[in-house]
Amino acid sequence: MFCDVCKSKEATVFLTQIVDGKMQKVNLCESCSKEKGVNDPTGFALADLLLGLGAAQEIDKNPAGNRCPVCGFSQADFKKTGRLGCSACYDAFAEGLSGMLKNMHRGSVHTGKVPAKLRAGRLRSKELVELQASLQKAVEEEHFEEAASIRDKIRTLEEEVRAEEAELIAIKERTSEVNRIAAPVASEASQDLSVPKPRKQP
Amino acid sequence: MKLSRIIANTGEWLSGAGPHDQIVVSSRVRLARNLKGKPFPGWAKKVERVAVLEEVRAAVEQLPEMEESFSEKLEDLSALEKQVLVERHLISREHAAKGAGSAVVMNTSQTLSFMINEEDHLRMQAIRAGLQLDEVYAMINQTDSELEDALDFAFHNDLGYLTACPTNVGTGMRASAMMHLPGLVMSEQVNKIINSVNKIGLAVRGLHGEGTEAMGNLFQVSNQTTLGETEEEIIGRLNKVIFQILEHEQNARQILLQQRAETLLDQIGRAYGILCHAHSITSKEALNLLSFIKMGVDLGLFPSNNRLHVDELFIETQPAHLQKGLQVAKLGAEERDSLRAALIRTKLKQMPEPEIGKIPTNGSPTTSTSSTSETSEES
Repeated sequence: MFCDVCKSKEATVFLTQIVDGKMQKVNLCESCSKEKGVNDPTGFALADLLLGLGAAQEIDKNPAGNRCPVCGFSQADFKKTGRLGCSACYDAFAEGLSGMLKNMHRGSVHTGKVPAKLRAGRLRSKELVELQASLQKAVEEEHFEEAASIRDKIRTLEEEVRAEEAELIAIKERTSEVNRIAAPVASEASQDLSVPKPRKQP
Repeated sequence: MKLSRIIANTGEWLSGAGPHDQIVVSSRVRLARNLKGKPFPGWAKKVERVAVLEEVRAAVEQLPEMEESFSEKLEDLSALEKQVLVERHLISREHAAKGAGSAVVMNTSQTLSFMINEEDHLRMQAIRAGLQLDEVYAMINQTDSELEDALDFAFHNDLGYLTACPTNVGTGMRASAMMHLPGLVMSEQVNKIINSVNKIGLAVRGLHGEGTEAMGNLFQVSNQTTLGETEEEIIGRLNKVIFQILEHEQNARQILLQQRAETLLDQIGRAYGILCHAHSITSKEALNLLSFIKMGVDLGLFPSNNRLHVDELFIETQPAHLQKGLQVAKLGAEERDSLRAALIRTKLKQMPEPEIGKIPTNGSPTTSTSSTSETSEES
């Protein structure tokens, strides 16, 4: 069996450590074990050796590892670089980030530009949230007639959303289909078809 | 289009005119955008970066405003060419350090430029002469809206546009104005201004942005926060502060003219003397002295038709610009210093000596002698 560190010499020192109920094993050769200070058990952490210095503490704090499920970026990476791995990191690390963002910025909710594609949906989801809140209130106050009418509004809205989503998918499919068929034709046609410029009104 | 053809002309933001362009050199708005579901450039693997590059570059190149444009991968640009782009504020220093998987696209007038795979997948900026942040934002906002059709940007319901660094999340917008503030520096008020601006969530930085020195009395004023306000609110706030700094600078110059006219004339005269006769000069010294000449033009000491010459020297004396016309390998610092001095001498030859009589002083020169002796130790 070779040493886990230098991978060239025969391992003669076998270490087993239990951290948080998990067993970790490391096999070392004599010179590597001395270099890593294995003969001094108080100053030695197995995880440090395996995962780089300082890693043991990170793992202590975050037993689950706290990684972004989408891109695998870890909180330790963030600490090191100050940058995130992907857009999903904002949800994965939401808890830690929210305090930070509050300190960094003037508010915690975006109020600026929204991409056109998302604008309609965003308005509607905001409306839905508001309607649901007023429905709750109406029920609590036992205004059942009002509650019923709010419920109907919510249903229509939700149906609209569903219909629009279906429409969007259909449009996408249609355009990709059209593009596929029309691509060779369009490239030829574009040379002949000169679009007349709109004339200015006198 | 070749880069050499583009950089043969100074950009519109330098040669063009804009409101208050004596003090506000340029206005710039940058938007950071990322593609949905793709890891940010700093964490992405090379293949992923290259795929994003292809997608974004194609979308940018088909924009109607980019019909006449320059587009190149960073790996295909020489170190000198990249440095020229940095000195023109068309790409960042960080972007210039990137290799495979990054690219730059810009239009011929150099008012629009796109950094692909800098810290974010796409950083686009619009830049123009003078104080016109609203116009510049309108320009880049339109470009952004056009790109939305082709690209799916990462957007969060609460946090807005998502960026690699949490300091840019929300609008992803950094709006900034480059201001020339020799009056505030001379009257030692500039630190006070920087501190008070910092307190209200705006930043004042040196010539090339974060962590750079303020050379040539040039300062960048920009928004620090990006979340919780609309783009228009941020720009409105920034505009207000810029107008205030502008007023302070004008006042500082007036007070200098009234109370320390001799010092002012001495500084401008010395700057003119050194620049006209030096045979070796560093870029830092050149910028600091050119700043006085620029103020001299503002004050009417030099004919105003020299303004562009002086403004161009601010860029042309930068290390990479000095060498761009030469076919030789990289010059040493000493060779650059003498080349720079020669360039300045030639350009300033067309410029007459400062006309002292033109200075609109109110007080007589004798009243200012005491303050002159106090500050004569200034470098």
